[in-house]
Amino acid sequence: MFAWFRTDIIIEYWPLFLQGLKTTLILTAIGIFFGTILGLFLGLGKIANVERGFWKWPVQLMIRLPSQIYIGFFRGTPLFVQILLIHFALVPLLIHPEDGVLIQGEWALYLKREYGAMISGALALSLNSAAYIAEIFRAGIQSIDRGQFEAARSLGLSYFHTMKSIIIPQAFRRMLPPLGNEAITLLKDSSLVSAIGLAELAYAARTAAGAYARYWEPYLFISVLYLVITLAMSFMVHRLEKRYQSA
Amino acid sequence: MIKIQNLQKYFGSKQVLKDVSCEIKDNEVVCVIGPSGSGKSTFLRCINALETAQGGSIDVDSFIVTSAETDLNKLRAHAGMVFQRFNLFPHKTALENIMLAPMKVKGLSAAAAEAKGKELLARVGLAEKADSYPSELSGGQQQRVAIARALAMEPQVMLFDEPTSALDPEMVGEVLDVIKSLAHEGKTMIVVTHEMGFARQVSDRIMFMDQGQIVEQGPPEKIFSAAENERTRTFLSKVLLHHQ
Repeated sequence: MFAWFRTDIIIEYWPLFLQGLKTTLILTAIGIFFGTILGLFLGLGKIANVERGFWKWPVQLMIRLPSQIYIGFFRGTPLFVQILLIHFALVPLLIHPEDGVLIQGEWALYLKREYGAMISGALALSLNSAAYIAEIFRAGIQSIDRGQFEAARSLGLSYFHTMKSIIIPQAFRRMLPPLGNEAITLLKDSSLVSAIGLAELAYAARTAAGAYARYWEPYLFISVLYLVITLAMSFMVHRLEKRYQSA
Repeated sequence: MIKIQNLQKYFGSKQVLKDVSCEIKDNEVVCVIGPSGSGKSTFLRCINALETAQGGSIDVDSFIVTSAETDLNKLRAHAGMVFQRFNLFPHKTALENIMLAPMKVKGLSAAAAEAKGKELLARVGLAEKADSYPSELSGGQQQRVAIARALAMEPQVMLFDEPTSALDPEMVGEVLDVIKSLAHEGKTMIVVTHEMGFARQVSDRIMFMDQGQIVEQGPPEKIFSAAENERTRTFLSKVLLHHQ
């Protein structure tokens, strides 16, 4: 029944697929890690508020507004465009042998040659997922009953301690399902970075497909790989949810 | 000593506190009564700055609540609050609820905070519930833990915002008993309540609020039997009739 399926193509390109799988997983892990850290700060920044006194306007203009603009931009424009913008415009501005803002000279040349697409891809996915994760944090924090915040503050706890000890631990349980969804989205979206020549799964499939002009085999094969990983991720998130519910 | 002068508070364009002024002496127990929406909870919440007043001044034992320079965290450690809906931290046990603030705010060691927590739990009659989570406690027990949690900061002033309104009737007594025992110890207390019998029994003074103003105040005997103001008398006749 599956005689038409030419497994030899998959076998021949096996090292490339394996390398692609590794790159996809690394990209996703980096995106989740930095996206979560940056997303937490952005989410807190978007709802930061000082009711009165000297800090009211500095907080509004320096923290709240930039967070809102950042989230608005990364959620309101296509990831594909962001990847191109970051790879061809932002990263060359920051890392350039002659006039890089962050890194110049030999070091810049080396980074660019060895890791150019990886840096851009990881950066784009991290920055993009941070915007979505920020919204998840914001929604999670705002879903906690206001009485919890008031009770903590009424005991003399600072805003920082209230967030860290009372609000975020409770919000985190509610954020697990949407965070799991975001991780799955990120895994799938990582296929877009093949456009800048980063050899992840989709790039591997395109290479194999191009060589043999056969499209079913490579793309079905990576579809199965993506599916297995996303199912495994859902399973892990589900287990985590269960564990936190019983605690 | 709490000194409040010309307190003003708006929610949007609606004025909920109109020029409220009063003084509360050290160790005095004041019950604030009045119809729903009269501004009594808002009044209480202004005292520890959970609500920001838009005009007037509040001085709680020399903490100028209405000044931007005041460290509100210190003020709040000085003036404990008990809420209508308990607001215990659901992810922490009864004991952990009590230990948290002394450790984070006052820098007590875990051992010292635990000893204090256990002592306070025993005092509110819940020594055996130290390791229970709030969801495993009845409403009355949760509120008693909440009182112990507030007491752990050794506040000079205790604010109670309708502490029994969310309780099943059979649990009101156990919570009021704890509050009464505090009143006898001589803490400054302001209690917003609908429990008239309790107010009459424990308070040194009753304040009747209506439409954002303190309409009348005085010793409980006077308010309950010989109120001067018509609105006070109407309110009391309604609630007292209802309670019989």
